[in-house]
Amino acid sequence: MKGERVVISGVGAVSPFGPGAKLLCAQIQNGGCALGPLPGGEGFAGLGAKAAGIVPELEVKSIPRAFRRAMSPMGVFACLAAREALASAGLAEDYPRSMGLSVGGTMGSPQTMTEFFSEYLTAHGFGTLRSATFFKIMGHGAAAGLAQALGLTGRTLAPSAACAAGLQAVGLGYETIASGREEIMLCGGAEEFDVLTALTFDHILAASHNAQPAQASRPFDLGRDGLVCSEGAGIMVLESLSHAQKRGAPILAEIAGFATTTSPANLVHPDTEGLAECMAKALSDSGLRPGDIQAVNAHATATAEGDRAEGRAIEKIFGHKIPVNSFKGQLGHSMAASGALELILSLWMLHHNHFLPNYNLENPDPDCGGLLLPKTAQKYMIKSLIKNSFALGGVNASLVIKKFAC
Amino acid sequence: MADAIWATVTQAMMEEFELEPAQMRPEARIKEDLGLDSLDVVDMVIVLESAFDFKIQDKAALKEIVTLSDVADFIAATIEAERGQAANG
Repeated sequence: MKGERVVISGVGAVSPFGPGAKLLCAQIQNGGCALGPLPGGEGFAGLGAKAAGIVPELEVKSIPRAFRRAMSPMGVFACLAAREALASAGLAEDYPRSMGLSVGGTMGSPQTMTEFFSEYLTAHGFGTLRSATFFKIMGHGAAAGLAQALGLTGRTLAPSAACAAGLQAVGLGYETIASGREEIMLCGGAEEFDVLTALTFDHILAASHNAQPAQASRPFDLGRDGLVCSEGAGIMVLESLSHAQKRGAPILAEIAGFATTTSPANLVHPDTEGLAECMAKALSDSGLRPGDIQAVNAHATATAEGDRAEGRAIEKIFGHKIPVNSFKGQLGHSMAASGALELILSLWMLHHNHFLPNYNLENPDPDCGGLLLPKTAQKYMIKSLIKNSFALGGVNASLVIKKFAC
Repeated sequence: MADAIWATVTQAMMEEFELEPAQMRPEARIKEDLGLDSLDVVDMVIVLESAFDFKIQDKAALKEIVTLSDVADFIAATIEAERGQAANG
C-alpha cells in the first residue's frame, strides 16, 4: 500500500496460558498446550465438545472500577493486553491520548448475553441486572471500554468479523495509519469463552469431541475432528515509521501488506479460490512476490473443510516448499482474538528466525495441498511472512509482515 | 433500627462500589466524595432493593439524596411507609 510505512512497536497478550506475550511465546516455544477441560458444560446434554482454552483467573483490580464495571471478560483481556502492548512499545503511561484503536470481536460478551436473557426472559425486565450490562453486550463493547479506560480520543474501530476480526482489525489499523488518518493505534482482537460458543460450533458439526484436551485440536492432521474453542486477547501498537523513529521506538516488524475479501459461495465453508485471491491481494499490496515470503501462518482451525481449502490455496500461491504452521493445536480457536495472538507468535518467529512447529500433527492430511508442515521447531531465516484468518460468513483476511529495514 | 439500617447500607455500598470502611461517614457525599456517577446511582438502588427486600417506588425522591446519611434516612422512611401501609391494609 502506498502511503506512510507502518510498523509494529509493541505487543500484549492474554491467552489461555495466562497474561503476557512473553509467556505465550515461551510456552509455544517449549511445546506447551493451553487447552483443558471445557467448563460449564454440565446440563447441556447435547454438547459433545469436551475441551476448551480458558484464561486463568486474572488480577483485575488494577483496572479502576469505574471502567471495569462495563467490561466483560473480553474487555478485561483487551485492557490488560493493551497495557502490556503500550509498555513494550516504551509508552507505559506516556502514550499519546490522541491515538486511535481498532479492536475486533465476534460479537458482544456472550457471557453477559446469557446473563441478560436469563433475567429478561424470566423477569420480563432488567431485574437486578446492573446498569452497565448493556455496555458489555454492545458489538464494540471491548473496544469502547478500552478507549474509555485509556482515555483515548482518536477513532474507535471495532470490526465484527468473527474469526477474522482480530487480523482484520490490525489490517484496518495499518490502512488507517498508512493513509495518514492516524499516527499510532492499538490494534487486535478479543474473545471470551462461553458454552454458547462451543454449542454453536457443535451444532454445525465443527467442534472436536476429543476428550483429551491436549490432543483435541489437530490442524492438518488426518485424526482431527473439529476445532476447540478458546479465549483471550492480542493487542499491538501500530504506528507510522516516522512516528516510531521520532520517538526512538522499538520496531518489531513492518506491516508490508494487507487484504480482506469475501467468499460469497457459502456461509460456512471457505473456498480455495477466495482464500488464494485474498493472499494474492495481500502480496500485491506489499509489493512482494510469493518467492519473497519464507513462511505461512495458517488460519487452520482443524476442520477438514477449512484446512483443505486453505492448504490448497496456499499451495496455489506458494507451492510446496514454504513451511506452514497453525497455532490452533496449542491454543485452540480464540475466534476474534486468534488472528492477533497468532500474529504475535508470527512476529516472534520473524524476530528470532525460528520456525515454530505444528502441534498434534501425526498424519498430515494429503488433501491439504501437500504442504510442508514442520512437526518440530527449527532455526530458519524468515524475512517476510504471511498470516491468514478466515471467518464464518466468508470473510477472509491476510496480512504480510517483514523484518524492518530502513 | 437506625443502626441496623446504617450497617446494611454501608455494607452494600462497600461491596458494590469497592469502597473502604473509612469512607463510610454519614456526611460523605455519594457523588463528590465516594465517586459514584449516574450509572452507579442506578446500581445503588438495585443493591439497596436487594439488601432490604423491597422496591423503591418513589424514584423521584432519590434525586434529593446527597449523602450516605440521606440514603439511610431514605431507607428508614421507606420502611416506615411500608409498615404504615401494611397496618392500614
